[in-house]
Amino acid sequence: MNRIDQLDPTQGGHEILEVGVPPGSLATTSVVLTKRQGDASEAELIERVLGGDGEAFRELVRPCEHAVFMATKVILNNDADAEDAAQEAVLKAFTNLAKFRGDSRFSTWLVRIATNEALMKLRKQRYQKLHDSLDEQPEGEEGDYIPRDFADWREIPSEAVQKKELRQALSRALASLTPKHRDVFVLRDVQHFTIEETAQLLGIRKSAVKTRLLRARLRMRDALAPGIDGSWSTGRTEYEQVRPW
Amino acid sequence: MVVEISCEEVWREISNYLEGEISAETRARMEEHFKGCKHCKAVLDGTRNVVQLVGDASVFDLLTTVSDCTDQKPDH
Repeated sequence: MNRIDQLDPTQGGHEILEVGVPPGSLATTSVVLTKRQGDASEAELIERVLGGDGEAFRELVRPCEHAVFMATKVILNNDADAEDAAQEAVLKAFTNLAKFRGDSRFSTWLVRIATNEALMKLRKQRYQKLHDSLDEQPEGEEGDYIPRDFADWREIPSEAVQKKELRQALSRALASLTPKHRDVFVLRDVQHFTIEETAQLLGIRKSAVKTRLLRARLRMRDALAPGIDGSWSTGRTEYEQVRPW
Repeated sequence: MVVEISCEEVWREISNYLEGEISAETRARMEEHFKGCKHCKAVLDGTRNVVQLVGDASVFDLLTTVSDCTDQKPDH
């Protein structure tokens, strides 16, 4: 029975991603090279690695380290990220070595894995950037915050304040603020520092405190309005959205 | 005669309005606006309520709860 599986690192990397890294494999790949490359053929080295010889894996990888790094660097354009992706690729090659088909050179296979790693990292970074920019848009210091809802919330019923749901909603709403908005909100509205004191404590201008405070307060209102307008104050279980558009 | 103010301008100044950090003229314009715009009035009332709610120390130990929440960072 052939031990080689159907794993193809050119298939987008999802299959590889599913494979867990066994404890200790990091240490194994970090083993100092003690033998010179060329002492053994690629196939022999692979056989030794599969037999449990960690040093053989280091020997196997060493000749392609530069190529692996360059493959990730050209995609990620950043040394630290490139090193991370390269390290991940080496780990995955190690954990998946038994699935290496051997119909290409090991270095080609490893570079493909590294390329996939870098591409996945790049996609993740782009997604994160997009996510951040979307998240930041209404929070930004420049643009206006547009209230999401216009539910009429005239007063806080005393019984609502005692409810666990409200406390939990407050916690969630507060946790949903970005750190810079939460800091200002907590200092000013929870701890009752003045705007000037808040500015001094955070080392920012008063105008920045005011801008962040506005966004934090409006966002908190948006987050809490559904419950206040709905179940907490009226006993209704449904929340009716109120929008002018 | 009070010069009209837009909803967007009102939202921009709501926090300062609550702080009392706006000019008398802007305050007058906003108050005139609130009379005729129930949506902005709702935003004002809700925002004021938020400030009152979190400012009430008896509501809950906010800081402890926040630190509990923020410790659970999403894995992005």
